[in-house]
Amino acid sequence: MNDMRIVERNVDITENKITARGVQVYYGTNHALKDVDVDILDKTVTAFIGPSGCGKSTFLRCLNRMNDTVASARVEGKILLEGEDIYDPKVDPVQLRAKVGMVFQKPNPFPKSIYDNVAYGPKIHGLTRNKAELDEIVEKSLRRAAIWNEVKDRLGASGTGLSGGQQQRLCIARAVATNPEVLLMDEPCSALDPIATAQVEELIDELRAEYSVVIVTHSMQQAARVSQKTAFFHLGHLVEYGETGQIFTNPQDPRTESYITGRIG
Amino acid sequence: MSVGILSLIVLALAVVGFFVGRRRAMSSVGGDARKLHSLPGYYGQTVSLFTAVPAFALMALWLIVQPMVIDARIVGQLGPQIAEDATASKLAMEDVARIASGLDALQAARGMTNEEMRDMRADFSDIRGRLAEVGVALGSEVDPQIFEMAKDFRILQNTSALMMSVLVLTAAVAGFVIALRRIHGEFRARNVSETFVRWLLIASAGVAILTTIGIVMSLLSETIRFFGMYPIADFFLGLTWNPQFRGGSDLGLIPLLWGTLYISFVSMVVAVPIGIFAAIYTAEYASPKVRSVVKPVIELIAGIPTVVFGLFALVTVGPFLRDYIAMPLGLGNSGSSVMTAGLVIGVLNIPFISSLTDDIINAVPQSMRDGSYGLGATKSETIRKVVMPAALPGMVGAVLLAASRAIGETMIVTMGAGAAAKLGLNPFEAMTTITVKIVSQLTGDIAFDAPETLVAFALGMTLFVITLCLNIFALWIVRKYREQYE
Amino acid sequence: MTDISPTSADAPKPKAHGSLLTATPLMKRRNAAEKRFHAYGIAAIVVALLTLTVMLFTIIRDGHSAFYQATMTFPVTIDAAVVDKTGSGDVAEMSKVTTIGYARILGESLVKYLADEGLVVEGMTDKEITDMISKDAPARLRDRVLADPSLVGQTVMVDAFTSGRVDGYFKGRVTREIAERDSNVTGTQLDMADLMEEAGILRSKFNWSFITAPDASDLRPEAAGLGVALLGTLYMMILTLIFTLPIGIAASIYLEEFAPKNRITDLIEVNISNLAAVPSIVFGILGLAIFINFAGLPSSAPMVGALVLTLMTLPTIIIATRAAIRAVPPSIRDAALGVGASKMQTVVHHVLPLAAPGILTGTILGLASAAGETGPLLLIGMVAFVTNYPASPLDGGFLDPASALPVQVYSWASRSDPAFIERSSGAIIVLLIFLFFMNALAIVLRRRFERRW
Repeated sequence: MNDMRIVERNVDITENKITARGVQVYYGTNHALKDVDVDILDKTVTAFIGPSGCGKSTFLRCLNRMNDTVASARVEGKILLEGEDIYDPKVDPVQLRAKVGMVFQKPNPFPKSIYDNVAYGPKIHGLTRNKAELDEIVEKSLRRAAIWNEVKDRLGASGTGLSGGQQQRLCIARAVATNPEVLLMDEPCSALDPIATAQVEELIDELRAEYSVVIVTHSMQQAARVSQKTAFFHLGHLVEYGETGQIFTNPQDPRTESYITGRIG
Repeated sequence: MSVGILSLIVLALAVVGFFVGRRRAMSSVGGDARKLHSLPGYYGQTVSLFTAVPAFALMALWLIVQPMVIDARIVGQLGPQIAEDATASKLAMEDVARIASGLDALQAARGMTNEEMRDMRADFSDIRGRLAEVGVALGSEVDPQIFEMAKDFRILQNTSALMMSVLVLTAAVAGFVIALRRIHGEFRARNVSETFVRWLLIASAGVAILTTIGIVMSLLSETIRFFGMYPIADFFLGLTWNPQFRGGSDLGLIPLLWGTLYISFVSMVVAVPIGIFAAIYTAEYASPKVRSVVKPVIELIAGIPTVVFGLFALVTVGPFLRDYIAMPLGLGNSGSSVMTAGLVIGVLNIPFISSLTDDIINAVPQSMRDGSYGLGATKSETIRKVVMPAALPGMVGAVLLAASRAIGETMIVTMGAGAAAKLGLNPFEAMTTITVKIVSQLTGDIAFDAPETLVAFALGMTLFVITLCLNIFALWIVRKYREQYE
Repeated sequence: MTDISPTSADAPKPKAHGSLLTATPLMKRRNAAEKRFHAYGIAAIVVALLTLTVMLFTIIRDGHSAFYQATMTFPVTIDAAVVDKTGSGDVAEMSKVTTIGYARILGESLVKYLADEGLVVEGMTDKEITDMISKDAPARLRDRVLADPSLVGQTVMVDAFTSGRVDGYFKGRVTREIAERDSNVTGTQLDMADLMEEAGILRSKFNWSFITAPDASDLRPEAAGLGVALLGTLYMMILTLIFTLPIGIAASIYLEEFAPKNRITDLIEVNISNLAAVPSIVFGILGLAIFINFAGLPSSAPMVGALVLTLMTLPTIIIATRAAIRAVPPSIRDAALGVGASKMQTVVHHVLPLAAPGILTGTILGLASAAGETGPLLLIGMVAFVTNYPASPLDGGFLDPASALPVQVYSWASRSDPAFIERSSGAIIVLLIFLFFMNALAIVLRRRFERRW
């Protein structure tokens, strides 16, 4: 616990991006997530922490309706993205996912060229009118993901030929290429070595200037380093949610304190 | 002594050897099995193996060589002229063999002695009539020389069979004794026996190589003989296929090759889209219940023999196409056509392509699909733009293998495509393929040495080479692109 | 980090996406494309299943009637004057009387019977009546009398097949219009057939001899049966099993457990996978060239067929067996070696028993596919018309000429008489039932043994 940095950060904008009220998730008969209320703010990095199996990834996947791909999953409650209920029957999850991007735990670039990987999202969502615009978006996304200089000379090379850290940054570039409002990251560094982890963490810090980032992490230190708000999940409940500094120095709930001091988890 | 009884005797000897060997091993250490190097059973096994394997090997070798030697000696009696002529000597040998087996039947039916058999002569007894009585029909009166040869044939066969029995039994007994004498407590029976068995295993694995060698040699030798009788260029570049009984045939490959490729093409047009879409549906869209029903039923198609499809083509598909499509459109009036055979072969290949494609699609990692869904792609977009390109090499391999199967297909084309060799574009016309002609030329009544028969080997060689190249190419493509994702 | 700067200097990001609650035209198009794609998948499956259904339907429709045969039952006087001229009752003497004599007896008896029963059709000649009897019936009657000479002089009830055309009439193949043009049947015969049916003399009976009788010539499709073909297939299956199982298992064991990783092993493996994909007709050529021409084995014999089928099925069985052996976890091998078993003992005592279900399944399926092969068998001479059953295996039956089930299907389908299409379809029904049982057996065995470990 001694190497946790407690940094004062300025939270620039306090507009609510995502509002969740009374969210329940069932996998078959298993009540996996219970009564979650949380507000995700814009231009902020929000971290979900908690022991394994506590429901943080499950909740993350509710935010872009990836749980729809699981046959036995059932979601109740309200989740509003900029005031619109994303579980409204009129909403097409495909459209939602253009607004809410996701980066996965294990880097999963497509077996296509680097250019095609990044261009995939804009193409299917019809975001560009011609090749020149697409080139521009690709370059912008790769720059935002802090990988442009490393790959600009080999955009035609296969995405799977990069190192682990580079692949994950490529996946981040791919996710931001659709110009999302929110970026979801499910343990993005757990498959990476420490140097690549540091690179990605710095990138996350930069990304918050443009996006609302929600990151699930099993490392408390990472949450402390990277986020402004932290939510602690335990056994399917959202136990405590607040400023990162306050959660780690002065937790309100005894369960939070137990987790932070290492007694549970 | 018949082969069956001989085999049984050798086997019995081997079994006896097992027990004797085991007992001998036990007695050599005074009944205490722990003093033996190996388990007692292995000593018995050693004796059995030494008894049976050399004996059976000898018997197999003898049975293979015997007909060649006997035939050579009998045919030699015909005089050098006929002996050189393969067709005439073959016909003569067939006569000899038939008469000889008839004499066997006669002797068995009438209980005649060997002397009486030897004394029979063609010009005195009514051989033809007597053979007819025991069910052997002969086309003409028996030539005395052939008759003598038949008698000699029988004598040689009997002598040879006797010699074989003697030698095989000797080998068995020798093996028995040799193995037995080596048995004592220290003898590493298990190792010896296992090494023996290992060599048997290697020999079994070698059967695969032997088969390939056999195929290549049998095709190659006859093909070379064919090209000695018919110019290579005329075969490979000839545009007419018109075999004649009396020679002067045109034996060009091109019309047959054309028919083969045309029909295969039609079958691919049917099989590839249907097979791939069926696989996509069962792999990506279908619920587990639907998948568990649909997949086996499609596999069922693969289990149906091709001759059944052939009948279907002949009786149902052909007339249907003719009556409802070809004739109204004025495109032809034949039930047998490229379309008929092509469509049916296509249906045959659907499960082949669909099950290979299903495996390939399932091998694409789920993380890739998740990545695509996460970006907001629909299911069909994910399949079209992410899954299929990842699966492409495997699918190309599957398509090539299916093409190879279509090219080598025999029964459906025989029954559904007709026998007319022509270079046409109308798919509702009858056209024939390489495989059909292989069957027709080899099951016809033409002399074996004639180019009209030997051409079948050249055709077979062509077919073998084409399918081999396709298969190797398919495997190469799959292997080359397999490691593009973990 | 090298390329941080340009991003923060960008102007505020414009909102690229509208409300989630409205479907943009692009979304509508994409969803339509999705639905179409989904529909293609269903269409493909429907086409495949439909074709299968149509095929099975037509075969059953055409073939089920092969199991029924129009039979007439009437009293026949076994006239001693014709059958047993010397009056001795000696079978050897009586067998000199050919079927012609028996045909006469049958014909006369039928004519007399019909007249007695008052079944008359105007203008019908006696010959027409006689022609209604199958040309196979006299041979059957002859066999019956020779087997039991005491029947001479008696009047016995005989079940005789009707001629092929009359049978076709009852099965709907032959109509009056066809009868006008066909020289083998007349309208009066059909009228008489109707009368006989009403009187109960003629009816369709289940025809066991379809399964047991040997093949028959073009003149008597009604008598053609699968007996020889079934026996031939049975012999070939037995022989193929005896050949492939030991060699296949031995080769697989060698390749999986003992073979060193060198060029020779690679060569063997390449050979096996290539052989698995060679067209079956090439194996037929191999069989013809080597087993028949070079080694002189008799053509059309089950032994030769089995040898060819063995070579064809061996690669498939080796591939399946290797997969079964590979599926046995290495931990079991390690455990056996750990207690001091030799490699061979490990394989025989531990690996093989555990791989046995997979091997068994693979072998049964391999045999099932071999049972349906036709092309190579045609080349080794099995297209010949065989009317005698091959002898029992102990009498060298494996070398007697025989036929095989799929070959019989092909051979019947190639004949001109449409009655043979019925036979062919019926044979396919038998073949499919046989294959169904084999596949079901494989699946049952796999399920049953899979639970054990």
